[in-house]
Amino acid sequence: MKRIKRRYLALEVELDGAVDSKELMNAIWGAILKLYGEYGASLAGLSLIEYDAAEKLAVLRTSHAVVNMVRTALASITKIGDKSAAVHVLTVSGTIKALRKKLKL
Amino acid sequence: MRRTYADLHLCTNFKDYQKVSRIMGKASKLGYRLIGITFPPNSSNEEIQKIRSICAEAKIDLVSRVDLKPRKSKELIYDLRRLRRKFEIIGVSCESKDVARQAAKDRRVDLLNFSTFDFRRRFFDRAEAELASNSLASLEVDMKFLLTLEGVARIRLLSALRRETAIAREFHVPIIISSGVSEDMLMRRPRELAALASLFGLDEVVAVEAVSANPLKIVKRNREKLSPKFVAPGIRVIREGKDC
Repeated sequence: MKRIKRRYLALEVELDGAVDSKELMNAIWGAILKLYGEYGASLAGLSLIEYDAAEKLAVLRTSHAVVNMVRTALASITKIGDKSAAVHVLTVSGTIKALRKKLKL
Repeated sequence: MRRTYADLHLCTNFKDYQKVSRIMGKASKLGYRLIGITFPPNSSNEEIQKIRSICAEAKIDLVSRVDLKPRKSKELIYDLRRLRRKFEIIGVSCESKDVARQAAKDRRVDLLNFSTFDFRRRFFDRAEAELASNSLASLEVDMKFLLTLEGVARIRLLSALRRETAIAREFHVPIIISSGVSEDMLMRRPRELAALASLFGLDEVVAVEAVSANPLKIVKRNREKLSPKFVAPGIRVIREGKDC
């Protein structure tokens, strides 16, 4: 069976106030659903690997094939919950180890 | 070599220096090196220089820009004659077909902008693109509306942009992707703007060019023209004096 390739995205969440991981994921899923529908969302294979609420940094895992789609959806987020927000992709990597290395540089 | 990213359309209140400083700091953090701010036509050189120094503190190169909204082509010609040597970028918001056609064929116009809300007033068709391809005008796409609009309005905008960018590419009219935002929360990284452009069918390479090489080319060309050493395209003064 062919191995599924994944990509890890380091995200910076920008908003006034705090947000929990559930609200963040709801916003991400909402953005993907709005732009690409249920079929598109089903291809994304999204998973929140870690989220640091204090630093507002997150690591998101997605399928390699749809990484551009996920980037677009993340860029389209303007609200998380009822707060104005933006989600920026800091870097993308094939492994969590490489992602951490890139972030430290 | 690192790519230089540019956003030629930030609509901030340039009299609020604190806000300008904050926005420029953020633009620098997001990876931009060249920012265009829209000034009113009657703004003074001192005001522009003041903003330029604020931008320099944030390591941002400021590009002065004016947006014209003429009702008739004669008005556009008059404004261009008056303002072309004052601003580095001239954008024209094409509210009528007459103005759109004049703007597309006039070599003093840099950017063509069309109404977001009234789709009958988006005049970027094949005739417009042909005129623009023979002059120096580029098609500007403000991404702000892709972020703020929802539902049917966004669907219609995407559909119009898909058609217009396809025409622009067919006629080799450069496409410029700008943010068009006035609030810092709506600012996006250049790569994020390029990713959003995939929604209307631009591939990654073209979209990245639209936030880097294409705007830089316009600025470089206009700065050369505005320089006191410029004589004509390809001719510039290299030395002055009695021994020349």
